[in-house]
Amino acid sequence: MARATPPVELDETLKGTPGQLETREMLLNVGPAHPAMHGIIRIVATLDGEKIVDADVEIGYLHRGFEKMSEMVDYNGVIPYADRLNYVSPLINNMGYCMAVEKALGLSVPERCHYIRVIMSEISRITDHLTCVGASAMELGAFTVFLYMIKAREFLWELVEMVTGARLTVSYCRVGGVKGDLPDEFHEQCRKALDETRKVLAESDGLLTRNRIFVDRMSGIGKISADDAISHGITGPFLRASGVDYDVRKDCPYAVYDRLQFDVPIGTRGDNLDRFLVRMEEMRQSIRIIEQALRDIPPGPVLTDPETGRPMAAAAMVDRAKAGEIQAIADARAVTDPTLDGSARPLQSSIAAGEKRVLLPAKEDAYGNIEGLMRHFKLVMYGHGVRPPKGEVYFPVEGANGELGFYVVSDGADTPYRVRVRPPCFFIMSALPKLLIGDMIADLTPTFGSVNMIGGELDR
Amino acid sequence: MTAASLLQAIKDRFPLATRACHSYRGDATVVIGREFLLEVARTLKTDPAFQMNFLMDMTAVDFSAFGSKASPAFFSSSGVSVKASPQIPDPDPWLGPPGPERFVVVYHFFSLALKHRLRLEVPVDEADAEVDSLTSLWACANWLEREVWDMFGIRFRGHPSLKRILMYEEFVGHPLRKDYPVNKRQPLIGPVN
Repeated sequence: MARATPPVELDETLKGTPGQLETREMLLNVGPAHPAMHGIIRIVATLDGEKIVDADVEIGYLHRGFEKMSEMVDYNGVIPYADRLNYVSPLINNMGYCMAVEKALGLSVPERCHYIRVIMSEISRITDHLTCVGASAMELGAFTVFLYMIKAREFLWELVEMVTGARLTVSYCRVGGVKGDLPDEFHEQCRKALDETRKVLAESDGLLTRNRIFVDRMSGIGKISADDAISHGITGPFLRASGVDYDVRKDCPYAVYDRLQFDVPIGTRGDNLDRFLVRMEEMRQSIRIIEQALRDIPPGPVLTDPETGRPMAAAAMVDRAKAGEIQAIADARAVTDPTLDGSARPLQSSIAAGEKRVLLPAKEDAYGNIEGLMRHFKLVMYGHGVRPPKGEVYFPVEGANGELGFYVVSDGADTPYRVRVRPPCFFIMSALPKLLIGDMIADLTPTFGSVNMIGGELDR
Repeated sequence: MTAASLLQAIKDRFPLATRACHSYRGDATVVIGREFLLEVARTLKTDPAFQMNFLMDMTAVDFSAFGSKASPAFFSSSGVSVKASPQIPDPDPWLGPPGPERFVVVYHFFSLALKHRLRLEVPVDEADAEVDSLTSLWACANWLEREVWDMFGIRFRGHPSLKRILMYEEFVGHPLRKDYPVNKRQPLIGPVN
């Protein structure tokens, strides 16, 4: 560029060593409200030119006191709060909390319920990854991908709506089961939605994975080594992109994940591109899981069949009942001789006596008959509710961002004594300065996008 | 390692430090004196028998109101209490709050190589609520300890910058303490800088 005016005399303070200008670091405030921030969070970046030399991350803008509120409501009352922790995959949070309470109660849930939970949480995992990948692609200018992915997410959310009755605030899981069975047309609709998702994944893959601009922006940026990631407690796709094979579904299997075939994609370089590729592959694996689960899902109840009911031979039960020992068999579950098993076998668990009292009745019962209404009343009214035995449990599930753990302490009262969530993105956010330092300011956007920060869960 | 053998190994290694242990619902839990925390944590991380490379979670519990929830008299026996059936012996009962101290700092460790989990509990008194910081061993301890300080007011010796993380600097009190009223209002204060 030609200069018309003669060069201006430099200010005294700007004069450095001859031949080069003295530089000064600049503080740049990114957030709390910034278009490329996926929530309210503030990053104070110290810049040397365009290079980030230091970063300070400030969180807490979305703190709603989830843990304090949980101590004020009954065990079932926490379920809606748990939804709101993660607003792109609420079903997984829902399920994680219910499974922790079930562990505290010593309940086990029916097979069919396990399968439903697996299907619903894999659908949520796909919606979560679609949002994350779509949004970070959009921030790099690939707006089409965002629209495609949100389209696919819409198909999946329609499924969620069909099953739970809500898109976001689902409150679908119950302590001891799920709210209701899958609707009749679910199988067909689900297959269709998965086919659509698969198409979208192929399209987006074609648009991004070999896209020169995208790869240049992502490759080698936001690197973290496996050791650093472990030291920061990072889990989930973020950790796997750094080459560490850890997936709660494989390593500490829950529900029925140990019966399903799926691969855990592992990255090698731990950069943004690997995290993108890992997420893309995880979505395909989730589709695989859902298809298997739909194939294998057994018929049967989706609530009840709780464990406090210790198995007892039906004949023995009859004898004791005749002797008037009703208290002793009150929480037992009748076991019949296998030769008596017949076509009515699935119905048995709905006949057998069991500790059904901790389970919220199905809505049809609560509104339709007096027993259901009474059971509902006993569980939701002030001063009533489930009272698990005194104790503490920790239950981890694989959330879309990593290990999502619920630590529940019970003192035998109707409200939880303490509920603690292990939010997966809290740990990733604590490593954010390490990811950013050394990169350019423009790299902040893709790196932060790959973190997939969920404000609700980070700040609770 | 199974929960039982893991607990046995820890008891053998730290006979002095271990105050109690149980594996209620299969979660291996060890209660240790706070003066041993750093040593125990370092051994858990580095010793080939434990290899706890993940500090999965860390939190605290305020046990000052444990079991004393005022239930309305009319409802005191209402609701559905679940008790273990008397016919089934519970092999590993829960031992109750880990000590007379008010707070318990709870650590959850996980070993990726050996796939076992361990819960470590460190009781601390209110008067001298301070434990050693684990920031030298795990990077994530930095934020986790800031959160425990923020929510419970437990200090961590050797922490590089122990300041609030979820609440703002001007906030008075520690919200997850049982004596902090849930409906208490405090003025919202804008950013200082």
